[in-house]
Amino acid sequence: MRILNLLKVAYRSLNRNKLRSFLTMLGIIIGVASVIAMLAIGEGSNQNIKASIASLGTNSIIIIPGANFQGGVRQGASSTQTLKLEDAEAIAARCELVNHVSPVDQKRVQAIYGSKNWGTMILGVNEDYLIIRSLTITSGSVFTPADDRVAAKVCLVGVTIVFNLFGDENANPIGQIIRVNSIPFKIVGVLSKMGQNTFGQDQDDIIIAPFTTVQKRMSSSLIYVNSILASGISEDQINDAVDEISSLLREKHKLAPSDDNDFTVRTQSDISNIFGTISKVMTILLASIASISLLVGGIGIMNIMLVSVTERTREIGIRMAIGAKGRDVLIQFMIESIVISFAGGLIGIALGITVSELVAKFGGWPVVVTVSSVLLSFLFSAVIGVFFGWYPARKAARLNPIDALRYE
Amino acid sequence: MANTENIIAVKNLIKTYRTGDIEVHALNDVSLTINKGEFAAIMGASGSGKSTFMNILGCLDNPTSGEYILEGEDVLSRDKNKLAELRNSKLGFIFQSFNILPRTSALENVELPLLYNNKIGAKERREKALNALKSVGLADRVNSMPNQLSGGQQQRVAIARALVNDPIIIMADEPTGNLDSRTSYEIMEIFQKLNDKGITIVMVTHEADIAQFARNNIIFKDGKIIANNPVKERKNAAEELKKIAALSEEKSTI
Repeated sequence: MRILNLLKVAYRSLNRNKLRSFLTMLGIIIGVASVIAMLAIGEGSNQNIKASIASLGTNSIIIIPGANFQGGVRQGASSTQTLKLEDAEAIAARCELVNHVSPVDQKRVQAIYGSKNWGTMILGVNEDYLIIRSLTITSGSVFTPADDRVAAKVCLVGVTIVFNLFGDENANPIGQIIRVNSIPFKIVGVLSKMGQNTFGQDQDDIIIAPFTTVQKRMSSSLIYVNSILASGISEDQINDAVDEISSLLREKHKLAPSDDNDFTVRTQSDISNIFGTISKVMTILLASIASISLLVGGIGIMNIMLVSVTERTREIGIRMAIGAKGRDVLIQFMIESIVISFAGGLIGIALGITVSELVAKFGGWPVVVTVSSVLLSFLFSAVIGVFFGWYPARKAARLNPIDALRYE
Repeated sequence: MANTENIIAVKNLIKTYRTGDIEVHALNDVSLTINKGEFAAIMGASGSGKSTFMNILGCLDNPTSGEYILEGEDVLSRDKNKLAELRNSKLGFIFQSFNILPRTSALENVELPLLYNNKIGAKERREKALNALKSVGLADRVNSMPNQLSGGQQQRVAIARALVNDPIIIMADEPTGNLDSRTSYEIMEIFQKLNDKGITIVMVTHEADIAQFARNNIIFKDGKIIANNPVKERKNAAEELKKIAALSEEKSTI
């Protein structure tokens, strides 16, 4: 029997039970659509995370104090102070693959202007920090190395600070004096708006002051720093720069070859990879939940095909009596289930893409429909059609024509 | 027996069913030849083995032992697929309960056997099916669905389906069992016409008056053939129908 004839036979029989065929298909449609939508949402957030991390500067390097042993208990990262200001100065002076370095001291503070006050964070950095983080100012000017030297009480503020202390984002605070933990600071510039970062943190809720100012006037330590931010001269040599910094710091901290580092050097791509992995796990999780519905859809096909075989036992008997071979019957039922799963797969793809677009439009969530996810789910649905169609089809093909004809 | 015209020759057929410990001999040493152009009616009480015999003749069932030669070919040595091919190319089936596919037009039902024949294209298939429907007088009901057809018309679709692959023999298992006598005669009229054209027909029936339309009556009892006689006063279906028509006219004029 020609395949074309078989397709015709399958089409006729599906057409005879339109509603049932459609409901069976629905399982596959929902399965495929949810797999595609879930993968699209996962991929979208993945790319979003990567993009926003990359916007922090792909060749930046962050150095934080390492773990600390205390009575056999290993504390977490940054649990101790091991980085000194002179480490930052040494990196600036001696590391050839590093072009900008800034020590970073950060402190939670209360900022007050007039009758308004606002809890925020102050960062003590030098002007290299602004370059590494690609921070710009919308008005005023950046503080100078001279300000740093004399520990001048000047600062740059983010727009969130402006809004909370001056009541309006567009207010001009340049030249105004605010009190930060009781110390008066003169605002010399306003940072460009950055919005939230990937992790929902408001990047505009910040005060930036010269490092020396924060260190000498607010910090508890004149020797140690919270962290050091640096940037490599090029992205390609970022790992070499990390090695260079590590060996310099080991030397400066007088670590024996058997000692662990008492600091951690991370690059932006490390961080990006970590979050990439997290988002990949999320994607896999979402997709596997979605594929369960695809599996359930497949079982739905099997169920309907089994019912269909029983219901059409007589038809099978007639077909066999007039010359259909077992193989013909097998192929006929296989084609029916494959047609259901293929059609379901195609409709599911359309629905999945539509749902993804709707999520992007109304949910404000980034979605990326990849070709591979479409192919994957379609292939999966086709395999399900074959797999779950085979058993009922074989059952039909093995019927004895006499028994099938007598079946009521 | 040396007649080259005989198309079916069965010898010493035995069919035994086993239910639990009891053996039932549905066929007990049956031998028979059927010649080309014959119109045989197989008769017998329920359980006499006539249906089992029909199933074996129709290549739907295998005997426990015996010999079956169809057009000079040994049937029993063939596997399932070859049997399906034989059924498709050489045999035509008509059943008591019509057995046409529901929700499928008359034409599609008649086309069905040809769908399983690779040698026939779509155009030829349609042509043959239309011709077969015409030959049973259903040229105007080609696109009707089974539920729009009367029992007699459905049976005629089944006959057209049996004819469409130009079989060497038509096998009918109680073709009139579900029909009233007038419609039964109409079916017999078709059978007699086909037989006059040289088509061999074997028909199972338990109605004695239907058997009178055949040329030969074969009688089964307890799994054996106890008689195989030519019909003495063969009835002509066309004339019988005229009689009925005349009778009903008389009634309506009264």
